[in-house]
Amino acid sequence: MSEHAAVGKLKGKFSGSVLDVVEFRGETTITVKKEDIVAICTFMKKDLGYNFLADLCGVDYLGQTPRFMVVYNIYNVTTKDRLRIKVPVEESDATVDTVSVVWATANWHERECWDLMGVSFNNHPDLRRILMPADWEGHPLRKDYPLQGPGREPYQGRLK
Amino acid sequence: MANVETMTINMGPQHPSTHGVLQLVLELDGETVVKATPHVGFLHRGIEKLSEHRTYHQILPLTDRLDYLAPMHNNLGYVLAVEKLLGLTDAIPERAQVVRVLLAELTRIKSHLVWLACHALDIGAMTVFIYCFREREHVMDMYEKISGARMTSNYFRVGGLSADLPVGIEQEMRDFVNDMPKHIETYEGLLTGNIIWQKRIKDVGVISAEDAIDLGVTGPCLRSSGVDWDLRRDQPYSGYENYDFKVIVDDGCDTWARYHARLNEMRESCKIVHQALDKLKPGPILADAPKVCLPPKQDVVNSIEGLIHQFKIITEGFKPEEGEIYVGVENPKGEVGFYINSDGSACPKRMKIRSASFVNLQALPKMCEGSLIADVVAVIGTLDIVLGEIDR
Repeated sequence: MSEHAAVGKLKGKFSGSVLDVVEFRGETTITVKKEDIVAICTFMKKDLGYNFLADLCGVDYLGQTPRFMVVYNIYNVTTKDRLRIKVPVEESDATVDTVSVVWATANWHERECWDLMGVSFNNHPDLRRILMPADWEGHPLRKDYPLQGPGREPYQGRLK
Repeated sequence: MANVETMTINMGPQHPSTHGVLQLVLELDGETVVKATPHVGFLHRGIEKLSEHRTYHQILPLTDRLDYLAPMHNNLGYVLAVEKLLGLTDAIPERAQVVRVLLAELTRIKSHLVWLACHALDIGAMTVFIYCFREREHVMDMYEKISGARMTSNYFRVGGLSADLPVGIEQEMRDFVNDMPKHIETYEGLLTGNIIWQKRIKDVGVISAEDAIDLGVTGPCLRSSGVDWDLRRDQPYSGYENYDFKVIVDDGCDTWARYHARLNEMRESCKIVHQALDKLKPGPILADAPKVCLPPKQDVVNSIEGLIHQFKIITEGFKPEEGEIYVGVENPKGEVGFYINSDGSACPKRMKIRSASFVNLQALPKMCEGSLIADVVAVIGTLDIVLGEIDR
């Protein structure tokens, strides 16, 4: 399958930042360095027309370094094209710059990501917990957070 | 300096017009809303966390409980996502596809009926509520006949459907969509010309197309701001490309435009149901993928392969290859997306649900700041939020 058109343009502009490009089931995932995420997202929106952030979430790869990935699912309303950008985030420095300056909708998604995954966002206008109570301790969607709640043995569950 | 002092009041989480457990902290200057801050999470059940500990088949019933007014749509979004992850998208039999479209559109009508009923009731028009729920009850009865449940349908399966349609249901659906346009006219007759209704929703909750896209608003709310975008047409799934329907776009940007858009969407849904009923031919309802789809009961009791497949699927589940996908579908409320990250095991590594109501609610402060406190009720109604979907 041929490379997604946006990949070439992104590589041309941010050659040092693109870490990896993966094609799976016709979807393109571009992994980029987290330092450049705001510049890249601005470029994607302003120059390539990806004006809609469909979704933003964190993924916990416990046991690997870097431990977290923040995933941005973006969409171009005009060309009706989807693309995914990912940034690796270290556990020791679990922060990413906010993209809520690029797409306002990122505000709540980033709050949710902070709340449930414990990845915080620099310069976020209103970084509070959103789904869990304000005084909650821990981040429930982390893989080392017990399914049955704090203070319980981790759920052994199904054999994977 | 009389206007400097503002008053802060809580609206919800126990307020009849917040449609569940939504809390709004409103800062008021007299009757004008200066600032509105939504607080959500009262219904958080950790569906995303739970799904990391369940097999792909076991997650399906959880998706019913997201947008509980349109359960079939959530099922559909989820099974489409898993089918894409498995590379099974093209293997779904024709009949299953048509039934999916059929039920998705009936669900859209059902969901829009609840929206209209509650929206009108919030604003003070009580009669419409009773009429809408009368029609909705027909869809619920059909739901019950098809899936055995009125709300938590859990009817679609990865690879097709859980069971074939019951005998005689086609005629019932046909009668329903034949009658529906008349009913919609009745609602319009009760509301559209009503001067109180007009004054309460015209130029209320205005949001421009740029703001709507920036805030991630989708569905009828976005289309009523003049953005021509419907995933059924733009990224067709389940064979939507074979149906002839209009995408309702209105550039009114206000609650009035959204009211008309949803009513017209119901009419379009009726047309799609008619077309789907015409297309409905007998045939298989599950894909030929024995490692993924549960075999029919007679195979389980009569053949060793059937027994083994059933045992393996129930005890181990199926294991998609490593990878990640995102599938968005056009729910009655907007785009619902499933992002699934698989590490090659029988449970997803991460499943993120992009719910339409969660994102649409973000636009609420923008839509009601600067307007009167009474308009907040109209704006909540017009956004058509479901807290089950917001809090997940």
